[in-house]
Amino acid sequence: MTTAQQPQYLRPRDTHPPLDSPGYRSTGIRHPGQAPIVVPQRLTEVTGPLLHGPIGPNDHDLTRQHAEEPQGQRIIVTGRVLDSDGRPVPDTLVEVWQANAAGRYAHKADDWAAPLDPNFTGGGRVLTDSLGEYSFTTVKPGAYPWGNHHNAWRPAHIHFSLFGQAFTQRLVTQMYFPDDPLFAYDPIFNSVPAEARHRMVSTFDMDATQPAWAPAYRWDIVLRGRDQSVFEEPHA
Amino acid sequence: MPELTPSQTVGPYLRLGLDWGADGTAVVPAGTPGSVRITGIVTDGTGGPVTDGLVETWQADPDGRFAHPEGGGSDFRGFGRSCTDGEGRWEITTLLPGALPDQAPHLDVSVFARGLLDRVVTRIYLPDHPANATDPVLALVPAERRSTLIAQRVSETEYRFDIRLQGADETVFLDV
Repeated sequence: MTTAQQPQYLRPRDTHPPLDSPGYRSTGIRHPGQAPIVVPQRLTEVTGPLLHGPIGPNDHDLTRQHAEEPQGQRIIVTGRVLDSDGRPVPDTLVEVWQANAAGRYAHKADDWAAPLDPNFTGGGRVLTDSLGEYSFTTVKPGAYPWGNHHNAWRPAHIHFSLFGQAFTQRLVTQMYFPDDPLFAYDPIFNSVPAEARHRMVSTFDMDATQPAWAPAYRWDIVLRGRDQSVFEEPHA
Repeated sequence: MPELTPSQTVGPYLRLGLDWGADGTAVVPAGTPGSVRITGIVTDGTGGPVTDGLVETWQADPDGRFAHPEGGGSDFRGFGRSCTDGEGRWEITTLLPGALPDQAPHLDVSVFARGLLDRVVTRIYLPDHPANATDPVLALVPAERRSTLIAQRVSETEYRFDIRLQGADETVFLDV
């Protein structure tokens, strides 16, 4: 089986942050010093785990994982997972995690002085449907301070993890909320090339908002698509 | 056409969303005939352990087939996931992959961590495998760095693969 016969996934350009991003101090001793070696995609890279779990009964609703409802603004987060060719990515596992409404993570390493919420853990999982759509219910996370620099605050965000249908499509990212005044000060958000930052920001979605229940935010996630030209290469 | 979504770091609290515990590390259940343990330490540029990282593996089954319609449709999950512990250690229990038509047996590896704004990707090869000499990916790696991609055999059932993100003997990372 030759490489040329296999689908190749487009390589990202002007999209991902450089691993060496001095404004985000934790990159300092963790970013590789050597450039990665560019290798053609082979079978291991154009295949990938097509996982349907683990998903528990309330993993799609982070407000129903405990005895009572958590504090904060209930919201719906919905959108579509697609590839950069515009094709939906069906039946793919979407994993999310986030801080509570006060901006505190239910994690032993998070010790800042905001209240934990006994009714909120902040982890969720869903599968996209046949059209690549996902939806989950949660509370809007709060902003929180961190130690990166003086008076550093992370804009409110939800962490997302996606598999797609190939090893090359694996993506971990963060979804932000519209018009956050903290964007201008956040080195993680700003590590992304300026023209691509808006792709991480959800939009308010009146159509998906449920009357007398929860406002909705829409966020589509775009994974690497296939380079169609490779299919047309004659067998060498 | 839709524009690619940028990557962001998993941050320090990744376990809230990505920790599968024993289900993640058990590519096959412990005790499965032929299973091996692959374990190692993830370290930063100071040699210190990365205690808030995540290592994921993807591989073929012993016959060289993947759990994917384009890879032979194996029923072997082929996917492993391990959060690093307080010493930076990760581990999986799996079956050794078979050779592919044009490649030596290997596992693809993704590493995520606070301080990594995108995953880094590497490969685990098996020590002393004759096909390593002709593997097309190893051939692209400078000879003096190739050893960073080859696991050490600890015993018949255990291999060690350390991942050094930065510094002397930095692991070779791949742009796939």
